[in-house]
Amino acid sequence: MNITLENLTKRFPARGRKAQGETTAVRDLSFQVPDGMLVGLLGPSGCGKSTTLNMICGLETPTSGKIFFGEEDVTSLAPELRGVGMVFQNYALYPHLTVMQNILFPLENLKGKDRPTRQEMRRRALETARLVQIEELLERRPRELSGGQQQRVAIARALVKMPRVLLLDEPLSNLDARLRLQTREEICKIQKKTGITTLFVTHDQEEAMSISDWIVVMKEGVLMQQGAPQQVYDDPQNLFVAKFLGTPPINVFEGLVKNGRLLLDGQEALSVPGAPDGDVWVGIRPEGFLPHPQGTVSCALDRVEVLGRDTSIVCAHPACQSGTVRAIIQSENQVDPAGKTVRFALRPEKVFLFHRETEERIRFDCTSQAGL
Amino acid sequence: MDRNSKKAWLYLLPSLVLLGAFLIYPLIDVLIYSVEECYNFASQTYQGVGLYNYSYVLHDPYFLQAVENTFVLVVITVPCSTVLALLISTALSSIRPLRQLFQTIYFLPYVTNTLAVGLVFMVLFQRTEYTDGLVNLMLGWFEAGPIDFINGPHWAKMFVLCFYTIWVVLPFKILVLTSALASVSEEYYKAARVDGTSRTRIFFRITLPMISPMIVYLVITGFIGAFKAYSDAVALFGTDLNAAGMNTIVGYVYDMLYGDSGGYPSYASAAAIILFVIVLTITCVNLLVTRKRISD
Repeated sequence: MNITLENLTKRFPARGRKAQGETTAVRDLSFQVPDGMLVGLLGPSGCGKSTTLNMICGLETPTSGKIFFGEEDVTSLAPELRGVGMVFQNYALYPHLTVMQNILFPLENLKGKDRPTRQEMRRRALETARLVQIEELLERRPRELSGGQQQRVAIARALVKMPRVLLLDEPLSNLDARLRLQTREEICKIQKKTGITTLFVTHDQEEAMSISDWIVVMKEGVLMQQGAPQQVYDDPQNLFVAKFLGTPPINVFEGLVKNGRLLLDGQEALSVPGAPDGDVWVGIRPEGFLPHPQGTVSCALDRVEVLGRDTSIVCAHPACQSGTVRAIIQSENQVDPAGKTVRFALRPEKVFLFHRETEERIRFDCTSQAGL
Repeated sequence: MDRNSKKAWLYLLPSLVLLGAFLIYPLIDVLIYSVEECYNFASQTYQGVGLYNYSYVLHDPYFLQAVENTFVLVVITVPCSTVLALLISTALSSIRPLRQLFQTIYFLPYVTNTLAVGLVFMVLFQRTEYTDGLVNLMLGWFEAGPIDFINGPHWAKMFVLCFYTIWVVLPFKILVLTSALASVSEEYYKAARVDGTSRTRIFFRITLPMISPMIVYLVITGFIGAFKAYSDAVALFGTDLNAAGMNTIVGYVYDMLYGDSGGYPSYASAAAIILFVIVLTITCVNLLVTRKRISD
């Protein structure tokens, strides 16, 4: 089932006596979630992603705009008529009911001809429990379960009525780091097995990148970019997206483009054919640095962190916004930890230019690099 | 005894002394009074030890009337007030505008003096030579005959007493239940909405179980409070409750001590012990039943 959002806007009225004006949580948001995909809705806290999710599931009514499931306009449909399953951030499992009763709950709400027989309900609940591997926990109560198990019960409860769309609000934020890794694979596996179009909200870019087929990046209620995770990472459309994706984060420098050449702190760093002259932000991914004795970028070496598989070099550059530059390189042999400076050559496909004011991407031809 | 526990006892001493002097000693004293037969208040002497006082009290028609009144009061007011409070607090928490105002209004009776409220009830219900009272006036609209609620038939007086008791205990229960309802996480209701749960089902399957500990607390304290009712009856029917046939167990204890027929601390003590046993039994039964229900 495709999900299509068309110019979706949500404004909340001002609260309290002194508050004035209104808050726009989501502004003119349009995107399409392709059928059967696992989609990550990504953005910092307060960017309107949960509001978007709530509008898709029907808990919030959009101020304007439309929501389609396939060809059907569901904008003004009640949540239970949309065929959505929702997993809440704190799972919202009913504490006084057993796991089985929790999973049965949505089925028992059905009325009329949709209502299955008691036996059929149990069969479906069992089947769903088996899918998320909790069949041995059915008689327990939520408080007797671990965080990960509770989450799986919540997913089972959302899936039992065979929804067209599964929505998850910050599904991993309440789990500890180890469980988070395991659970995100679990979610990915369940989604692949059921093939249900799944949309999940997260502020953790790593989480979104690792399991999504498609990510949608939002900021302050506005769509920033969408695409396959690798594509968004490799080709950010603006500084925000570039900064938001990637661990360690991208290094941002103040730069100047002059006659098709990029200057960092007055030194020519890279030739950028096709880029217009002017002040720019320069984003360089940590893996965009190659240690090279004749490299164009010279940094004051701070320390070398050996991480095993690769090495992280922490150094300083006068043009760098945050003060420290972090480069990830393949092997520790190339840099002398005792050295004062380290010189890097840049990989042009890992260097992004952004307009200084609008922070929009400035493209240049990175294929015709002379290189080193 | 090691040093630490000596220290602990030392710290506990002040409260133990106070508890001993004002709680445990009087309790034992009451027990002793209740088994001293033919106690003479003036000479402070007694003639024997036995259960005669209990036997006397249990055969006293006034006491039996008091027990009957108290039980009727308990059986009617506790369920009624709890259900009413539940309805009102549910309504209160589902409205947004003017909620604070309504909460204040519903809480007003709590800060009003019992006797003052009693006076108002008298005015509402009493028939005098000059007027039938506001309630009778309203009954007249429905072609119902005037009833003397204060000096009339027993059932009418019981009705006023129950009405009054419910009115007095309602504010506290509403306060407790409103805060209990507010503490139920919004997420449960959202989850229920996504699943298309009907309002009645949300109430009975989600809200009620979630606030059940508070309801249990209200029912138990309600039982205890209603068993100890006295001032409510006095406020409506004056101090001569035996004559009005509206005495309660606590009222009987008071009468035996200080009333016109008073001066019998032994009978009063026996009645007090009987009340204690009744309240203890009912509270235990209550706890057992609810604990079983909640753990199910």
